[in-house]
Amino acid sequence: MSTNELTLTPGNALDVAKGKLVVAPTQSLGAVRRPVNTTGWREWLFTVDHKKLGIMYGTVAFVFFIIGGVEALFIRLQLALPDGRILSADKYNQMFTMHATTMIFLFAMPMAAAFANYFLPLQIGARDVAFPRLNALSFWLFLTGGLILNASWFLGGAADGGWFMYAPNSGPVFSPSNGVDFWILGLQIAGIASLIGSINLIVTVLNMRAPGMTLMKMPVFTWMILVVQFLLVFSLPVITVALVLLMFQRSYGATFFDVSQGADPLLWQHLFWIFGHPEVYVLILPAFGIISEVLPTFSRKPLFGYPFVVFSGASIGLVGFGVWAHHMFASGLGPVSVAVFSMATMAIAIPTGVKIFNWILTMWGGKIWYSAAMKFAIGLVILFTIGGLSGVTHAVAPSDTQQTDTYYIVAHFHYVLFGGMVFGLFSGFYYWWPKVFGKMLNEKLGSWNFWFMVIGMNLTFGPMHILGLQGQPRRMYVWTEARGGEGLFNFGFWNMVSSIGSFVLAVGVLFFIINVIKTTRNPERAPLDPWDARTLEWITTSPPKVHNFDRIPVVHHLDEFFHRKYVEDEVTHTMKQVATGEELVRAEEAAADADIHMPGPSYWPLLLSIGMGVLGMGVIYGTPIMVVGGLIVLFSSYGWVLEPSVPDAIDFDTPSTDGHTKEIAPLG
Amino acid sequence: MADIATHDTDHATDHGHHSSTGLSNNKLAMWLFLGSECLLFGGLISTYMLYRGRVQNGPHPAQIYDIPFTSVSSFVLLMSSLTMVLAVSSAHRKDDSKTNLWLTITALLGATFVGGQVYEFTTFYREGLGFTTSLFGSSFYSLTGFHGVHVSIGVIMLLSLMGIIKKNKITGDKAEVVELIGLYWHFVDVVWIVIFTLVYLIPS
Repeated sequence: MSTNELTLTPGNALDVAKGKLVVAPTQSLGAVRRPVNTTGWREWLFTVDHKKLGIMYGTVAFVFFIIGGVEALFIRLQLALPDGRILSADKYNQMFTMHATTMIFLFAMPMAAAFANYFLPLQIGARDVAFPRLNALSFWLFLTGGLILNASWFLGGAADGGWFMYAPNSGPVFSPSNGVDFWILGLQIAGIASLIGSINLIVTVLNMRAPGMTLMKMPVFTWMILVVQFLLVFSLPVITVALVLLMFQRSYGATFFDVSQGADPLLWQHLFWIFGHPEVYVLILPAFGIISEVLPTFSRKPLFGYPFVVFSGASIGLVGFGVWAHHMFASGLGPVSVAVFSMATMAIAIPTGVKIFNWILTMWGGKIWYSAAMKFAIGLVILFTIGGLSGVTHAVAPSDTQQTDTYYIVAHFHYVLFGGMVFGLFSGFYYWWPKVFGKMLNEKLGSWNFWFMVIGMNLTFGPMHILGLQGQPRRMYVWTEARGGEGLFNFGFWNMVSSIGSFVLAVGVLFFIINVIKTTRNPERAPLDPWDARTLEWITTSPPKVHNFDRIPVVHHLDEFFHRKYVEDEVTHTMKQVATGEELVRAEEAAADADIHMPGPSYWPLLLSIGMGVLGMGVIYGTPIMVVGGLIVLFSSYGWVLEPSVPDAIDFDTPSTDGHTKEIAPLG
Repeated sequence: MADIATHDTDHATDHGHHSSTGLSNNKLAMWLFLGSECLLFGGLISTYMLYRGRVQNGPHPAQIYDIPFTSVSSFVLLMSSLTMVLAVSSAHRKDDSKTNLWLTITALLGATFVGGQVYEFTTFYREGLGFTTSLFGSSFYSLTGFHGVHVSIGVIMLLSLMGIIKKNKITGDKAEVVELIGLYWHFVDVVWIVIFTLVYLIPS
């Protein structure tokens, strides 16, 4: 995969030190030369560096987080008072559909991909992912999908059938605009991005770990990301089938989900949730991974029961494939199915509970450092537990049929997704910011950020439990005074509280943005090991060099970095510090490998993604556009294949005595 | 897919580089991709099985399927797996001309199968089964069409591979590139065995 490589030989080491990377321009497809410029905007557009791609994923995902958040604020404004007039019924439908779609597919998944991209190779001691160009392709396809999804706002209205787009709402009768078509195409393209990304990351983890790093010495974050990628590999094709069938129905006259033609609308529900339930764990497990790094670091203790945390994560993933029909208890599946899926769903609470107890016991007796990252991690443990408990009440089918399509469900999944996933991601921001940007986020602003978010989140989503149990239906665009009710349980009061809460939450996010701006302007550099961390990503500079590690670390322990800093005292059996993180990083620099070659930049991922976008638009705007898109895809595929794939001989050291050459490039 | 197939195996064989699993990155990626494809065809096959009896207009399955014809084209496709194996084995023996010969035959057999499918589709269309005629029609064409597209992409990959070998543009492990496309090709054949059995042989 890694074609044309940047060669860092002693001869040009000086250029490298000055940030000038030397690439020999080679040609592919005759006319097209490889990009060689690695400065300015080209550095980002054609990069295949997993760290740059991670930052790009993160930035774009955060922009979508803001967009999705503004959509949520519109929803809460509309529902704050009876007879809301902010949005029409139609706009309201578009707003909640796009809020959910944006948050799940364009914020949560890519933000997890940002963390995975950046830290997974660093945590396993690799120099890049297995397929750097495919990695770039994943990012650009995700961006293309996101742009197509949101372009619908300006091209006749966005999708309006709810994020799970049940039939018949997805059909042309109830959704006459092109919104659903944009939704289908955007999700298919984003789905291809995730599929490619997941294959890439699985290969990276399985094949490219540093010497000595067995699977059970892998950091928990890497483990959880691995589980997530397996979930994606096997669940994404199912939603792809559903989306393709729906596309055939809407654009080419098939009737897969049209009851009047004898079709079975439950087919969509099954296909959607066979993907959709594993997707829930795709969203939460990265956050679990992040706090499994943060909690031990800030408790100054190893993670309690590492194998239990790993295997409960894996079993959550496995069982997660067998519970999809609990989203369909109200559809009349029959008693046997309902009982089986109900039991399986309750069973998932066991590994989840195991994890929560492990986190609590990790903190137990530790010297807890209440940094912003730690606060968010503890927030996750508490808020996710609340959401998990309301989740168990949905597992009980009779109770669930009462709760289905009420705000109680909305309350539940916002506790697990916002209180769980988003808090985990914010914990990750504070923990890893100094690693990625070499600067510390302000802890004081971080504290404001946390408290506003935690209070805002409980004010917003807490009352929804009451609203739901009182019978307020989900997706209701307006409520009237007549339905408001009286006393403590009236709609009016709790809807108002919820709307106020959403703005408190927004202020919390604003604190984070202010924090980022302030930190960026602050010239002060972060120390190399600010948190006394435990895993391999900290054994290199902040931000890491292009090649990540000056030499590939040899791993002997779980929490290798910690064990290089501390050894156990023979007599007292306490851990004694023998080196600082800074000293270890300097030692690695002193022992740097001589010839390190990295994959070179490429045009093709970007061009291929543009082609896919044009191809998709052709489904809506006609065959000629499709042909143009297809040609771009074909051209860039051949360009990709023909891009010279073998590095120069100069990339290898002279053969050593055992007949092997010393070769330290990343695979692929 | 040919593109995933070049660089690191080269290192693995020539420079003593070992991956943790013993499988090269390319091969592992291809296996994962094929695993994912199983679920894709699983979804399409389920849709067909659900809808094969739902004929509001147009012909029923039993009225239009021409089992002897499809059996022959299935046989052609299965034989292409044999020739693919021979191509891979020639590639491992570094016998370029034999490799090219077997790849050509494989591509021809694949193209024959696709041709047979085009003929079958046009016949069905003339007999009154359009894509939108009935749920049976839609799900039949979606499933077999998806498979046909997979075979066609396979043929294009085989032809491209031959061109690249001829121009000597593959500088990695040639045998592995051939083997990767072979994996894909066998997968597409195995899926056809499932489709042929479920769609054509089992009466609805």
